[in-house]
Amino acid sequence: MAFGPYTAFIAGAFGFTALVLGALILNGWRDGRAQLRALAELQDERSSNR
Amino acid sequence: MWTALWNRLAQPGHFLRWSGAALPWLAGLSAVMIAVGLFLTFFTVPPDYQQGDTVRIMYIHVPAAVLGMGFYGAMALSAVGSLVWRHPLADVSQRAAAPIGAAFTLICLVTGSLWGKPMWGTYWVWDARLTSMLVLFLLYCGIIALWRTIEDPNRAARAVSILTLVGAVNLPIIKFSVNWWSTLHQPASILRMGGPTLHASMLYPLLEMILAMTLLGVTLHLQAMRTEIYRRRVRALLIRQAERLDAGVQAPVTRAAVSLPVGQAI
Repeated sequence: MAFGPYTAFIAGAFGFTALVLGALILNGWRDGRAQLRALAELQDERSSNR
Repeated sequence: MWTALWNRLAQPGHFLRWSGAALPWLAGLSAVMIAVGLFLTFFTVPPDYQQGDTVRIMYIHVPAAVLGMGFYGAMALSAVGSLVWRHPLADVSQRAAAPIGAAFTLICLVTGSLWGKPMWGTYWVWDARLTSMLVLFLLYCGIIALWRTIEDPNRAARAVSILTLVGAVNLPIIKFSVNWWSTLHQPASILRMGGPTLHASMLYPLLEMILAMTLLGVTLHLQAMRTEIYRRRVRALLIRQAERLDAGVQAPVTRAAVSLPVGQAI
């Protein structure tokens, strides 16, 4: 794959897209795990306080 | 019957169950379709007779534009659901969609700019289409900021719904700007009277990429909605815990309150 004088623009566009989508996926996954962990801790505490 | 089915699927408990089962399949399918789309983009699509190889940027620029506008449209529908029916999942859907829509709009702006430099000779012009897309991105930023400013999610949802519906007037402006004004941005080449102007060798890979990115967007949205439901449950439990402490009940302060990621409002 050689795109001549346009290589930097094409690589930049696809690279930026990969970066943004990667960050979106990673952040969504991390946030989901954090909320689930927090919920599990709170629910454990509730059941142990009863 | 359909209303009953919809109500059942949209009930948060049911939503968590069916979305949990569907997510791995949707994620896998999105990954496969994006891989196929990238293969078609780089190995089968011919260079354009005018744009040369830069036409390949269109295979991410166009799907990102479709999704940037699509997510805002979905948020506007959710805003109606939130204001008129006070549906709990409508708020959740709105809040979850905003960062994803903003990300796709940003991708559209940046990739368009990277295409514009070699083709138009400039990264940016204050053209009607480009400017209205920038306004869409700023609207997304404003909506995300508003969600984070108001602590109570129900009050925030009302304010955000009104802002979202006011901002929805920008969607037809984006779509028809290329027809209403003499712009540097080219007119529609897929959704137009008389059918698409693209050759099949370019059109079908583009449609495949649009479908693949839409599947990815839906997957991310479902995951973000699940997270938002959990966040609201955590918030409700923390408020109950604080009320118990206020009432003098001895209970240890949970670690959950301090283990949440920085910047995530509860």
